[in-house]
Amino acid sequence: MASEVLVPSSPAEAVALFGDGAGTTVIGGGTVVVPEMTYGRLHPERVLLLSHAGLDGVTVAGDTITIGATTPVNALLALEDQVAALAACAHNVADYEIRGQGTVGGNLCGHGDLQGCLIALDATARSTGADGERTESLEDFLAQRHGRLLLDVSFRRPAASAFVALEYPHTHEYTVLAVTGVRDADGTTRLAATGVAGPGIRLRSAEALASDPAAAGAAAVGDVTLADDALASAWYRGQTLPVLVRRVLTQLEESS
Amino acid sequence: MNLTVNGVDATIESGPLTSLLDVLREELGVTSPKAGCEQGGCGACTVLVDGEPRRSCLTPVASVDGAAITTVEGLGSPEDMSPVQQAFTHHYAAQCGFCTSGMMMAATAYIDRGGSDDHDAIKEALGGHVCRCTGYVKIIDAVAAAARGESFDLTVTAQGAAMTNLGGVA
Repeated sequence: MASEVLVPSSPAEAVALFGDGAGTTVIGGGTVVVPEMTYGRLHPERVLLLSHAGLDGVTVAGDTITIGATTPVNALLALEDQVAALAACAHNVADYEIRGQGTVGGNLCGHGDLQGCLIALDATARSTGADGERTESLEDFLAQRHGRLLLDVSFRRPAASAFVALEYPHTHEYTVLAVTGVRDADGTTRLAATGVAGPGIRLRSAEALASDPAAAGAAAVGDVTLADDALASAWYRGQTLPVLVRRVLTQLEESS
Repeated sequence: MNLTVNGVDATIESGPLTSLLDVLREELGVTSPKAGCEQGGCGACTVLVDGEPRRSCLTPVASVDGAAITTVEGLGSPEDMSPVQQAFTHHYAAQCGFCTSGMMMAATAYIDRGGSDDHDAIKEALGGHVCRCTGYVKIIDAVAAAARGESFDLTVTAQGAAMTNLGGVA
C-alpha cells in the first residue's frame, strides 16, 4: 500500500501537489489503476487521488467546449446535440457503471478510447508538470504526456461530426478500431483513428481525399501502423479501416 | 473517513486506497457485494454510491469519503423485500446467486432513474454484469417486471406457480 496518499480539494492544490510529477501515481476514477494495485502489478509510493480536486465538469462558452480531466465519461453523452461523434464515442466505452466512474483524462492518458475522437475535434490539452502549465494540441500532449497532469481539453463545436467503430460483443474490451470525422463550417474535414498502434492519430492522407470516400478509405491505411493484438489482427484492421473511413465520410455528407 | 452504509453511519479505519469492496466485506461485514473478477469486468461487486451504481472493487474508499452506500442489505429484508428483490424471486432470476447482488443493485438504480421495461434498455443498463449460469432471460424478465411496477404473491411463487404460468413444469 502506498506510503503517501494525497487527496487535494481544489484544482490549485492538485497542481501544487503534483509538482513535477516525479514518483507520483495519479488516480482519477480508479478504473485502470486500482486493478493494477489489486493484482500487485503496481506498488505506488505516492498517490494523487483526484476524486475531490474539482477538476470535473463540462463548460460551454460560445463555440468553445471545455471538458475537465476528471469529468466522468458518461457526462459526454449529454453533448449529443452539440458533438454527436463525441457522445457516440463515449457511449462506445465500457458500460454505464464504468463510464460513470472512469474519467475523460484517465481514458485519454490510459487506454485511449476517446483519443481519436478528440484529436479529430482538434482539441487542445491544458496540463501541468515540471515546466509549469502548458497548452498544446492533444496530439502533441499524447506524444509527451509522461510527467504531465492533464487539467482539461477544449475544442470548438464542429458543424458536423460522425463516429464509427468496429462492433465487438463484450462491453469490456478496449476500442478495437474506430474512426471519427469532423467537418467545420468552412468545409474543412478532419479524420482520426483509435485502435491503431500507439495513440489516436490523424488520417491526413485520407483527409486530402475526403470528397471521395472510397479513395480516402484506401489511403487511410497508409496513415497508420496497424495494431496486431488479441482484439484483432493487423490484417483485419487493415481490411476494416477503409470501411470505417468510408462510413464516417458518408455520415458526414448526410449530416452536413 | 466516514461512510453511511444502508443508513448507518460508520467510521472507516482501513487505508485510503483500500477498495470500497474490501471495506464493506472485511471491515464492516457487509457481504452482499461479491469479489468476482476484481478488475471491473463482472459487476458482482456493484453497490450504489449516492444512488449511482458503481463497481466497489474499483473504488478507493477515500474517493467516496462521506458518501451514502447502499447494498442489497439496504434494499429490504426476507420478510419485506424491495420490488426488485420480489421480481428476481418470482422470476427465478437467481441460479447460483453470485451475480445477483450486483444485478439487483444495477436494476434498482436503473428503475430509480426512470428505466422502462424495454429489453434493449435493460441490457444496456446491466451490460457490465455477467451471469456465468447464463440466466439472462429470467434476469431481464425480472427487471422488466419490476420496471412495470408489478407486484407478486410470493407465497404462490414458492409453490411453483410462476413456472406453471410460464408453461414449464406443472
